[in-house]
Amino acid sequence: MEMFDLSLIWALIIGFGIMMYVLMDGFDLGLGILFPFAPDEDARDVMMNSVAPVWDGNETWLVLGGAGLLAAFPLVYSVFLPALYIGVFLMLAGLVFRGVAFELRFKSRRDRRGRRLWNLAFSGGSAVAAFAQGAVVGTYIQGFETENGVYVGGPFDWLTPFTLLTGIGIMIGYALLGTTWLILKSEGYIQQWAYRLTTPLLLAVLVIFAIISIWTPLVNDVVWERWFGNLHVIWVLPALTLLCMFTVFWASRRGYEVLPFIATLGTFLFTYLGLVVSKWPWIVPPNYTIWDAASAPESQLFLLIGVLFVLPFVLVYTFWSYWVFRGKVRAGEGYH
Amino acid sequence: MELDPLLLSRLQFAFVVSFHAIFPVFTIGLASYIAVLQGLFYKTQNPAWDRLALLWTRVFAVAFGMGVVSGIVMSFQFGTNWSNFSQAAANFIGPLLSYEVVTAFFLEAAFLGVLLFGRGRVPQGVHLFAAIMVALGTFISTFWILAANSWMHTPAGVELVDGTFRVTSWIDAIFNPSFPFRFAHMAMASFITGGFVVAGVSAWYLLIGRDVEANRKALSMCLWMLLVLTPTQALVGDFHGLNTFEHQPVKLSAMEGNWETRRGAPFLIFALPDQEAQQNRFEIGIPYAASLILTHELDGEIPGIIEAPPEEQPPVAIIFWSFRVMVGLGLLMIAVSLVGLTLRRGGRIYHSRPFLQTLRLMSITPFIAVLAGWITTESGRAPWLVYGMMSHEEGVTPSLTGGMALFTLLGYMAVYAVIFYAGTYYLTRVIRYGMQEKEEDKVIDDFETPKRPWSATHTPFDDDPSKEGA
Repeated sequence: MEMFDLSLIWALIIGFGIMMYVLMDGFDLGLGILFPFAPDEDARDVMMNSVAPVWDGNETWLVLGGAGLLAAFPLVYSVFLPALYIGVFLMLAGLVFRGVAFELRFKSRRDRRGRRLWNLAFSGGSAVAAFAQGAVVGTYIQGFETENGVYVGGPFDWLTPFTLLTGIGIMIGYALLGTTWLILKSEGYIQQWAYRLTTPLLLAVLVIFAIISIWTPLVNDVVWERWFGNLHVIWVLPALTLLCMFTVFWASRRGYEVLPFIATLGTFLFTYLGLVVSKWPWIVPPNYTIWDAASAPESQLFLLIGVLFVLPFVLVYTFWSYWVFRGKVRAGEGYH
Repeated sequence: MELDPLLLSRLQFAFVVSFHAIFPVFTIGLASYIAVLQGLFYKTQNPAWDRLALLWTRVFAVAFGMGVVSGIVMSFQFGTNWSNFSQAAANFIGPLLSYEVVTAFFLEAAFLGVLLFGRGRVPQGVHLFAAIMVALGTFISTFWILAANSWMHTPAGVELVDGTFRVTSWIDAIFNPSFPFRFAHMAMASFITGGFVVAGVSAWYLLIGRDVEANRKALSMCLWMLLVLTPTQALVGDFHGLNTFEHQPVKLSAMEGNWETRRGAPFLIFALPDQEAQQNRFEIGIPYAASLILTHELDGEIPGIIEAPPEEQPPVAIIFWSFRVMVGLGLLMIAVSLVGLTLRRGGRIYHSRPFLQTLRLMSITPFIAVLAGWITTESGRAPWLVYGMMSHEEGVTPSLTGGMALFTLLGYMAVYAVIFYAGTYYLTRVIRYGMQEKEEDKVIDDFETPKRPWSATHTPFDDDPSKEGA
């Protein structure tokens, strides 16, 4: 199998999976974060209904990413998870609570305590899960203390001022994805509310992303070398990020419905690519590259066959379910 | 007291996997039952089959949802608490677990939606096909998970290079020596679990006189199946035991409570194994029975637990007793199935209140038997994670402290307690309001629900306030 660099193929597949996850689960986690601030219970119904048909499809990318990492890059799996032990628990607990809330909130009557509890489970679970994901990104940038491929740091190394900032940054970023998604999917006073929130959230995202972008190369020589070395072409990524952010601002002011969401996706996409460029090919920084972390080639190949077979179906299904449930969601009606 | 991260991690894994296992063990059997009901409806066009299929599809949807939610947690356990094992065994375990996820993904993407929401919207033949594919999908998932688990009991097709397992033969590794037996034993356990739950619920409906025609059909069908499967399961279990005898003799000796190697060993009905003294403090047994069962000779030799040094012995008392719980409940299930046969004359299976009440209570027994069986086999592997090749101690996460492990153990218990309460409470409501002529769908107030697995049911979570205090 010298013809193909299987580790490279797997890095692309998993990188793609993580990107799909962030883009798609991002807006439904964002709606959960916005949930307590919604104008009324009708608005909450609309918010939840707008993502209910697709959210679990979104989350299967996370499971696929986790299992794929174990199979293709076991070192990532066996260093990240122990290092982020408490954070992973919080994220899973959050995802479980909001998953069950999706199912049971609609089965509780409005005026009952049960409904309020499921609302709380949904928003609390979403907020905790989003924060934990942001902290994972921050920890990845920070790097891991390892010896012979084994994590040797402490239980709270993942919780630093820097990861706190990335955690909050992701929460606000997801909330922005949430408002622009809601602009796309709602109308009337709910849409107006989403428009009003978009600009302040965008500003907050800009500030936090800027701080992170300045902070990262200052604490990390590899990142500094990458951005201020000879590779000038990569500066197109932050430029595109800023362009997307400006588009969100401009389009939401002008009352466009689709463009703010697309541009927010673009913001996330180019930021994500910027991160990939900063760290490539270090997958368990600071010591291990994707080739160090790889499993045996026969194992990577064995799974690749199945994944290449199934991935097209999953993509078609994903596209199809978004297509079926396109259009506005109105209060008092769900999908049939 | 020093908190032991190893012990706490084992407890945590046992807890989350037991909680998770309850749901697939039920849904695997139920999926096949639904496919059969759809097939009968397709063939006979008798609406009674359709009514049954509708109810059990709703129950399936809720249990499947619970299985998925608790399964997400499972896919991270290996990394958080058993990172050295993950790193060492990833070349084999990784692709297998991923294939399970990919199968489930594919199943959900293609067929589950059609089964849950396609009733009356797609042609009957397509609906039936979706039901069959869902049932098939549950078996493929079982295949991958049990192949991985069996390999940990009877590793094959791998070599250990610098502390990492490399696969030398996928066929040998996947179809390792204990896999066929474990798969057969587990698949039948799923059918029996589904059978007793459906029989129990049908019995309850008959007791209160709801949809008598359909529920008689369901009950009769389940009892025929159980009559065949429960004794066969005992036989399959025996073969599985002989396989264990060959490959993991210490586990089998622990199941028998047999400390010293001896000929003509008795089958112990009751014993108090004492690990420290390396003997039983008290025992009652049937002479020669264990030797006869295991070697098919009255004076066949059964190796003792003490053949293994104390640090390589599994916890004997747990294995001894959980095995007896499983076997005892298995015999009880055979007995109830036989009673069902004798009550067929004159249709007493439909009328005998004591029998129907017994079936109602029996619906929980297969779950206990399955968990007891898993406790037997998994504890019996101790102290090995990969039998004879990697111990628990070598596999646990090195950076894990007792405090962290305790925190997440309590955390998962709290999370699952809430989920389990909500889920089973809701499931009992689905059943309580099921199979009525007046559809309960209208009870829900403000929303037609979104397209979610549980949206296949319309039962509200709480009571109608206007009817309260009546």
